[in-house]
Amino acid sequence: MSEADFTTDEMMTVAAARMLGNGTVCFVGIGLPSQAANLARLTHAPEVVLIYESGPIGAKPDILPLSIGDGILAESADTVVPTHEIFRYWLQGGHIDVGFLGAAQIDRFANINTTVIGSYHRPKVRLPGAGGAPEIADQAGEVFVIMHQGRRSFVDKIDFLTTAGYLDGGDAREKLGIKGKGPTRVITDLCILAPEAGSRELVVTSIHPGVSREKIRAATGWDLRFANEMIETAQPTQTELGALRGFLARTARAHGDNR
Amino acid sequence: MADICSLRDAVAAHVHDGDTVTLEGFTHLIPHGAGHELIRQRLRDLTLIRMTPDLIFDQLIGMGCAAKVVFAWGGNPGVGSLHRLRDAVENHWPQPLEIEEHSHAGMACAFVAGASNLPFAVLRGYKANDLAKYNDRIRTVTCPFTGEELAAVPAIRPDVGIIHAQRADRQGNVLIHGIVGVQKEAVLSAERSIVTVEEIVEELDPPANSCVLPHWVVDAVAVVPGGAHPSYALGYYERDNPFYIAWDAIAKDREVFTRWIERHVLGTRDFSEFRASIDGAGTGGAGP
Repeated sequence: MSEADFTTDEMMTVAAARMLGNGTVCFVGIGLPSQAANLARLTHAPEVVLIYESGPIGAKPDILPLSIGDGILAESADTVVPTHEIFRYWLQGGHIDVGFLGAAQIDRFANINTTVIGSYHRPKVRLPGAGGAPEIADQAGEVFVIMHQGRRSFVDKIDFLTTAGYLDGGDAREKLGIKGKGPTRVITDLCILAPEAGSRELVVTSIHPGVSREKIRAATGWDLRFANEMIETAQPTQTELGALRGFLARTARAHGDNR
Repeated sequence: MADICSLRDAVAAHVHDGDTVTLEGFTHLIPHGAGHELIRQRLRDLTLIRMTPDLIFDQLIGMGCAAKVVFAWGGNPGVGSLHRLRDAVENHWPQPLEIEEHSHAGMACAFVAGASNLPFAVLRGYKANDLAKYNDRIRTVTCPFTGEELAAVPAIRPDVGIIHAQRADRQGNVLIHGIVGVQKEAVLSAERSIVTVEEIVEELDPPANSCVLPHWVVDAVAVVPGGAHPSYALGYYERDNPFYIAWDAIAKDREVFTRWIERHVLGTRDFSEFRASIDGAGTGGAGP
């Protein structure tokens, strides 16, 4: 693959990384969020503060952690605090600008399911569960969600409400006294979505290069709408791609991943 | 006063069928060696508590040791599902498994409440989601000063708290450093406690602000070198990521899983024999 080419996954990670400002205090989920947040740190946002729920504050890993508490997070952090402190003092205390989450299922109001597919007591698929997400989404200043887009993940109705987005839409979230703004961006391998003013329904605001509207609609389980002012996502720069690929290559070597 | 003894004796003395047991360690210092000893001693009907059930809970559940699991996130970090947990929930194999599900914030606060000798924890949490619909231990309480409605969860008060730490001294004072999770709370909230350590040293020499559990709050200290494997012990060894990856295929199939446990856990006398049995097997460090 030449530097000019890029995969849809690379576009997703790069687009998500660009959302984080330099100096932003970000509570990072494991997997895609951690990949994007670290790419931001390695490119345009060297001062971004990454907080992981296991306890590291200001982690600066040179490889991607496989788990939420890898040694590299503790060793590279400004400080490591007990887990209850992360949730009580730092998150509930109001110090987090952005919560960066992944999801198994999301609906049109950016409500997230990471608990079960099917019924709760006899599920078709038992997913890992809530982890830190409900309170992160509740108490972080705003939330970014990064996930692959498809009919099984972008669903008309989620099977379990693990983490509140905009609930039934409109001001439902504010009415419950939830302080955090909620999911302001959803970044996928096809496009970027944002809640529409008023209804709070997710609409497409930016389409990744080479992706058609039909393809995005086909990968969505509801009648997805597009914002009036649509843009095309700027394609990854050579700097972004180089940083991402180098990071992932170092990670694969370090984890001995032969899958 | 901590009794310095073998892990086998510690588990035999302090863990009984039907007990509520927490094995804590947030990715770091997960007490795998102690978990294996629970399997070897064929403990049954345990209520197992852990914020982040991972491979050791998969093994305990798959071997039918658990009647109930209290948790917030159950998965193989960075790899995928816990197949034994899923099989128990989805298909009731090898037996039905009751689950009590929380968020991390709720469980962390519940551990603090347990260690603080309070009946419940209060937090801003569980707002507008379905967790409370399926868990009647998630309730609300009204602030007597402001009238704000807050979430309440009962304190975690296990019969036994089990953790792994870097080292202890000859009196049984325990030093933990790095990611400390809720390990201190797991010990202080429990009626009885077992701490496995990498080594016993003459001088603990704790750096300022490191987490030290004094010997008089710990019941048993057992030396289990590598006892957190395949998780890691900061300053001793790194996380065995290939093991986590290899576990996926072992746990996926009931027979492969059962054979693996019979050969490597039930077929070995202790954790060092277990480590020797999986060494050099050429399957990502998890043995054949």
